[in-house]
Amino acid sequence: MKSNNNSGISDKFRLNKKVAPYVFISPFFILFLIFGLFPILYSFFLSFNSWDGIGQMSFVGLDNYAYILTDGWFWDSVQTTVIIFVLTTIPQHVFALTLAFILNSSYVKFKDFFRTSYFLPYITSAVAIALIFDVLLGTRSGLLNAFLIWMQQLPPIEFLFQTFQFDLPARWLGEPRLIRFSIAGLVTWRFTGWNMLIYFAGLQTIPRSLYEAARVDGASIRQVFTKITLPLLKPVIFFGVTMSIIGNLQLFQEPFVLVGGAGGTGRAGMTTAMYLFRTGFHWRQFGEGSAMAYVLCIFIIILSLVNKKLFSGGGLNEL
Amino acid sequence: MNYSKEELRTRKITFDIIKKVLLYSFLIIGVVITFVPFLYMFLLATRSRAEIFSSIFSLMPGQSFMDNYEVLISNVPIWRNLFNSIFISTTATILTVFFCSLGGYGFSKYNFKFKNKLFFSMLATMMIPGLLSIIPWFIMMNFFGWMDTFYPMIIPGIANPFGIFLMTQFMNSIPYDVIDAARIDGCGEFEIFLRIVLPMSKSGVGALSVLTFLGSWNLLMQPLLILQSSDMWTIPVALTKLADQAGIDHGAAMVAVIIAIAPIIIAYVIGSKSIMKGIMEGATKG
Repeated sequence: MKSNNNSGISDKFRLNKKVAPYVFISPFFILFLIFGLFPILYSFFLSFNSWDGIGQMSFVGLDNYAYILTDGWFWDSVQTTVIIFVLTTIPQHVFALTLAFILNSSYVKFKDFFRTSYFLPYITSAVAIALIFDVLLGTRSGLLNAFLIWMQQLPPIEFLFQTFQFDLPARWLGEPRLIRFSIAGLVTWRFTGWNMLIYFAGLQTIPRSLYEAARVDGASIRQVFTKITLPLLKPVIFFGVTMSIIGNLQLFQEPFVLVGGAGGTGRAGMTTAMYLFRTGFHWRQFGEGSAMAYVLCIFIIILSLVNKKLFSGGGLNEL
Repeated sequence: MNYSKEELRTRKITFDIIKKVLLYSFLIIGVVITFVPFLYMFLLATRSRAEIFSSIFSLMPGQSFMDNYEVLISNVPIWRNLFNSIFISTTATILTVFFCSLGGYGFSKYNFKFKNKLFFSMLATMMIPGLLSIIPWFIMMNFFGWMDTFYPMIIPGIANPFGIFLMTQFMNSIPYDVIDAARIDGCGEFEIFLRIVLPMSKSGVGALSVLTFLGSWNLLMQPLLILQSSDMWTIPVALTKLADQAGIDHGAAMVAVIIAIAPIIIAYVIGSKSIMKGIMEGATKG
């Protein structure tokens, strides 16, 4: 292999086996100190000050927090965020789990094709997709309304629409109530495939012998799903839902492009992340923006703890 | 007796067929919902403003693709923006793969003091919401004189916990013998990494490259804050500015969307296997 005659420069920089690992892992820790930890601490400091980035900074104590917690717009944005979070997280995980369960069964062929297709939306840019949905959800000429009007010709569908007083063409991006459904729909469309892949990976770790044993004992598909698959998948569900909490509570790109930075009609599409962005960078209120980031972070921690309570434990070890 | 057994058999077969039809319809509806927006995008890119706003829906493509393209390039320097996106994503990917592999090698193949503590504290930083630091981050970039440059989109993420974690997982399967043999042959620690461990981690490098490239390509909030002149915009920023314009030209926007996602879809078709593998490894071993 290597002879010993490459002296000079390379010998000078030759790493000791004891020191080497610290050198190798140091880039992360150095970058984290500069671009991660320092901004977080600085953000905490800013949240007690009032500053527009140019003028004099002044200490205001807890005023920023008091202002945010009594700010109607902030709570509106929290409500919007939570509604969109619920409207997208539940269908995302239900569809993803169902698709993964079907794709993991031995009945289905073309698994690779289905998996690759479902995952496609995740890789495409949120901005690009939001622009497509902007047209697709258009009131007069959008594809969705055209499809629904066509469906309405069927009597049962018409009856359904009438009972729920759902008038066509619907203003998907104009009516406050529908805006949130539209955003949630877009997010669901983008992330179901990602969750499907996570669940599929989880299902692959469940030994086939368990399913075979269940079949020998005469268990139905539903029993297999609720008694074997779900309990064993608990850690994966926990991981997936945690990612959904962190991602969806910080939802920014999709609503930002779909309804614009001001949040659309009645600010119905203004998520907390968008409000933070507007407070910090549009209105240049760095202090209030930082305080808002900390409040949002606390919400994320609370939801994560609830999630932990619901889904922790389980898995192969507990069988 | 024989007859009823036969009957049971046919029943079971019909039941199986129904079950299969139901499963496949569910899967196929999913595929249709996935693909429709993309097909719609191609359709709209060929239509004139009047055709898009007419309330009659048709599946026929129009003939205004070039007109839409002209409108697009008179509004945003889209090819320049595409170049910027490619440049940023490629640079970020190369640096990220290098530093994350290096970190992964450090965690995977050495034993050192505080190793586990350092590893888990690194993983814990993944849970920190990015929004928490966005305002100071912006102030810092301003302070560094990095406004309207590409550095903020490249440098901070090149040694990220997800990448290091992923590479650690992949490198755990490399046997120690190989490394010890190289050491006996007089290879330095860094040389072992560069000449032996890195080439042996091809599938990990592939997965991390694709994921890093995608993440970098789709970044919006940071470039939106940093990149101010239109010649410096990335594709997502250009699309956002296009969407912000009063009376957005949907046909032109769809041409821009095609330019934005075509490279990604091509890369995906080539690399989908390693992407899937990478994510599944990351999820199950985590």
